[in-house]
Amino acid sequence: MWCPAPPPLPASGARAQLPRIGRTESASGTGLVGRRTARAMQRAAGLVLGLRAGCCQRSPGWGRSRGRGWSSAAAEASTVLKLRPEKNGRERILTPESMNPLVKAVEYAVRGPILLKAGEIELELQRGIKKPFTEVIKANIGDAHAMGQQPITFLRQVVALCTYPNLLDSPSFPEDAKNRARRILKACGGNSLGAYSASQGVNCIREDVAAYIERRDGGVPADPDNIYLTTGASDGITTILKILVSGGGKSRTGVLIPIPQYPLYSAVISELDAIQVNYYLDEENCWALDVNELRRAVTEAKEYCNPKVLCIINPGNPTGQVQSRKCIEEVIHFAWEEKLFLLADEVYQDNVYAKDCQFHSFKKVLYEMGPEYSNNVELASFHSTSKGYMGECGYRGGYMEVINLHPEIKEQLVKMLSVRLCPPVSGQAAMDIVVNPPVPGEESFEQFNREKEFVLSNLAQKAKLTEDLFNQVPGIHCNPLQGAMYAFPRIFIPTKAIEAAKAHKMAPDMFYCMKLLEETGICVVPGSGFGQKEGTYHLRMTILPPAEKLKVVLEKVKDFHIKFLQKYA
Amino acid sequence: MPGLLGRGRGPGAPAHFSLYPLWDNPGSQGSVGEGTAPPPHRTKMNIKQLKKQEIREKVLTIDTMNPRVKNIEYAVRGPILLRAMELERELKQGVKKPFTEIIRANIGDAHAMGQKPITFLRQVLALCLYPDLLSSSSFPEDAKKRAERILQACEGHSVGAYSASPGIHVIREDVARYIEQRDGGIPSSPENIFLSTGASQAIVTVLKLLVASRTGVMIPIPQYPLYSATLADLNAVQINYYLDEEHQWALDMAELKRALEQARNSCEPRVLCVINPGNPTGQVLSRENIESVIRFAFEEHLFLLADEVYQDNVYAEGSKFHSFKKVLMEMGSPYSEQLELASFHSCSKGYMGECGFRGGYTEVVNMDPAVQQQMLKLMSVMLCPPVPGQALMNMVVNPPQPGEPSYQQFQKEKKTVLADLMEKALLTEKIFNQQPGIRCNPVQGAMYSFPQIQLPPKALERAKELGQAADMFFCMQLLEETGICVVPGSGFGQKEGTYHFRMTLLPPMEKLKTLLNKLSQFYVKFTQQYS
Repeated sequence: MWCPAPPPLPASGARAQLPRIGRTESASGTGLVGRRTARAMQRAAGLVLGLRAGCCQRSPGWGRSRGRGWSSAAAEASTVLKLRPEKNGRERILTPESMNPLVKAVEYAVRGPILLKAGEIELELQRGIKKPFTEVIKANIGDAHAMGQQPITFLRQVVALCTYPNLLDSPSFPEDAKNRARRILKACGGNSLGAYSASQGVNCIREDVAAYIERRDGGVPADPDNIYLTTGASDGITTILKILVSGGGKSRTGVLIPIPQYPLYSAVISELDAIQVNYYLDEENCWALDVNELRRAVTEAKEYCNPKVLCIINPGNPTGQVQSRKCIEEVIHFAWEEKLFLLADEVYQDNVYAKDCQFHSFKKVLYEMGPEYSNNVELASFHSTSKGYMGECGYRGGYMEVINLHPEIKEQLVKMLSVRLCPPVSGQAAMDIVVNPPVPGEESFEQFNREKEFVLSNLAQKAKLTEDLFNQVPGIHCNPLQGAMYAFPRIFIPTKAIEAAKAHKMAPDMFYCMKLLEETGICVVPGSGFGQKEGTYHLRMTILPPAEKLKVVLEKVKDFHIKFLQKYA
Repeated sequence: MPGLLGRGRGPGAPAHFSLYPLWDNPGSQGSVGEGTAPPPHRTKMNIKQLKKQEIREKVLTIDTMNPRVKNIEYAVRGPILLRAMELERELKQGVKKPFTEIIRANIGDAHAMGQKPITFLRQVLALCLYPDLLSSSSFPEDAKKRAERILQACEGHSVGAYSASPGIHVIREDVARYIEQRDGGIPSSPENIFLSTGASQAIVTVLKLLVASRTGVMIPIPQYPLYSATLADLNAVQINYYLDEEHQWALDMAELKRALEQARNSCEPRVLCVINPGNPTGQVLSRENIESVIRFAFEEHLFLLADEVYQDNVYAEGSKFHSFKKVLMEMGSPYSEQLELASFHSCSKGYMGECGFRGGYTEVVNMDPAVQQQMLKLMSVMLCPPVPGQALMNMVVNPPQPGEPSYQQFQKEKKTVLADLMEKALLTEKIFNQQPGIRCNPVQGAMYSFPQIQLPPKALERAKELGQAADMFFCMQLLEETGICVVPGSGFGQKEGTYHFRMTLLPPMEKLKTLLNKLSQFYVKFTQQYS
């Protein structure tokens, strides 16, 4: 058994001893740059704390040395906490030095320093401080409702009925909504959303999920016993990764993730002290996944770890590519060959825009490849209420389906899930509506479809618009947004700007995004938070703002970029 | 599952599906894939190929999985509950049993036991979820006002948007104000409040921050098994301190010292967890006791975790809930400035019993600001706690005030639940203590009784033969014969040689009476059978 006691070193030190992961020439990925990001984030967080409580404001100090910038932020935050200075220098028990080093090493750019800075600017605007813009536009996170997307009426009706069953007598709710609410309530302990559900989720909702998957996959069977409802897809992904990680030294579990990736993966891998193995998506080829690149990554990784897990995000986040059926077959064959456990993050399965693209689930392709694969390849796939046309992020609803999981592991999984009792039942109810929407002939069918189509066609238009406008800007190149909710354009950053960023101890694209935020109020996430090929720079922007606003945003980015190029020419 | 077998999945498919009948039968786990004769059509296949297919080992097995996860135990939803669910299925299928229903007294799940939700909570929540209702005349104004305030604080005015990772700011403000009122004016800052996915998640988060190399964490025995499970998961060292059953499960300072001294040889003790009111033991700590604990934690340089999710559930005359935060602040310097404390609350217990929404919060006191930011970062990876649960927590800390239209009904509903629980606490203690061989301390607070049972030697022997803990054996038999589902004391920890079980007070009064009598009768039968 691996002896898991973490070394007393800070995590960054411990990690630095590991061989560099990924291509040697592109060692940065999420590594060094990201760590700097974390420090910046600490400072920024300190400032936000200070500002909220009305402390005097100091200059952000992005570029200052760590020690100095940090201690000033800490001092401010102490004032907030109404602490008197410690008299005898008695040390705290829990300090950045003494805390769990694995937690310290975690990074999560989507809610990192940029967002903290955005919060700071918002507060300044509220206080009447003049800026070259009047509002902050948060295009950093796929949060549809925050950007004005309206909830799907039917979904909200059912959840409201479940929450306050007195409404079941109200004539202002349609019968199909009431029927679904009654069915969900009947499956809840004491007919209440307030009772704990089974740890795996409410039974009838798992049945509905299985039926939905069967329909989606053209009849390939799905078993409710293989469905686990989760607290958003993030919870499912974390849970499966946790159960997979074992071994020490060279036999420590390696997890293959795409670069660019959604930083949940790197964060969880880091917290679990697993080994992150990068495979690079091919930007020249619409961010396609190339199996040769997978092979390179696995071969190199075998030198220092035990590659055991392969994570795929399809449609891609942040890269927006939709994988072809052929590509998925190749990936499955590769996983079979190399004995890798497959994780298919399919939360954007409803978000496919490109005419010649179609979503294929890994599960379906796996089954259609025949028994040698379908009996053997272990797969967990994930879905969520947060994306698609629903955008119900706040409910934290999601599920995973596991295939070919060892029965003993299923027991372990249920045990592990039972410690946290159950996923939020309101989120489970929301998930139920996603997998069991109104059908033709039902009262709400038309309105539901209208609302759904409206959201999706809107997103499709915005995807095209974003690609077109970005590609009109000199020095920006944007691949087609085949799916998901983000543009991830490549931005050219001139040498002088790179030097200026260095002087500020920032990744060049972080520097770029900070400037963009400060000058235009537009909040996007730098590519370094997702990982990218060394020497390339990107940003991730959601396509969620309403079309008119999005146009303005894109124009502003264009103007900013041109000015930026001139300034640092 | 068997229904899937005939679906024409092409040759070879049954190899996978045939695993499942084995899985359904607990007796044959572990023998998967071995010893099962290959289906007839396989005989044509090349033997080597066949072997490869049958024996091809899975990537993820019990031997290759995360060993820490394997070490986790969680009795409240363990084998007893799994068996109870099986029995429920059998009853549904019409299998004859000596009982007609399973009574789940294993978990503090009030609504599942028939407790009605508090109307006001659900009204506000329904308004938040479906704002069209704001124009309905059938909702009271104070509910609408609160819903509007919450929606105002949500991005895009929707509970479907992510909130900030530590929770919606106005709700954190309300929590802070609630704590101030509860604690007689001692200040609380919203920046120190983190909303969470139930109290469990907050406890795990704070423990996660605290655990480094060989970190020792002191927990009471008996404990709520979330603690032992989390410590196993984090590979921390569990340090047991025993509550004193002879003195109504009191927390004895000498015992704390003993446990700490002993642990110092093998680990670095850094954390002291206290559950008050106690789960599963129901004791309510006196103010003096809390002061001593704080002094001890201060002197021994321990970070204090105060699990106070049962703060509204105090029944015994003379008992009162004192928050650690309040006592700490009233003790003054140097304690109030230096002792690091995290306390936890939840919307799952109290009079609300809203477990399914997974609402909760933690307040941190004297936490290093840099660590606080690390906590924020850690929470941001999971994006945010469920917003409906946050909204619900808001009603718990910001209930209707005198003069508001919903005030009276709210108070009435709240008092009914709490008075009912108090009555049931007294009844449970009384009936158990009438039965020789069962001894039950007063249920001063929380939602459980944790009686000690004497088990005859022959029962102990039989349990040993079965490889079961003796109280697990008792509880399993109880379940099989009466349908009553309780959790054995061994799942919480207990002094060697003593046996207990935990039972909730939550079934409705009449049902609870029947249940207690049935349990006593079963105990008599059981002891006769094994004497």
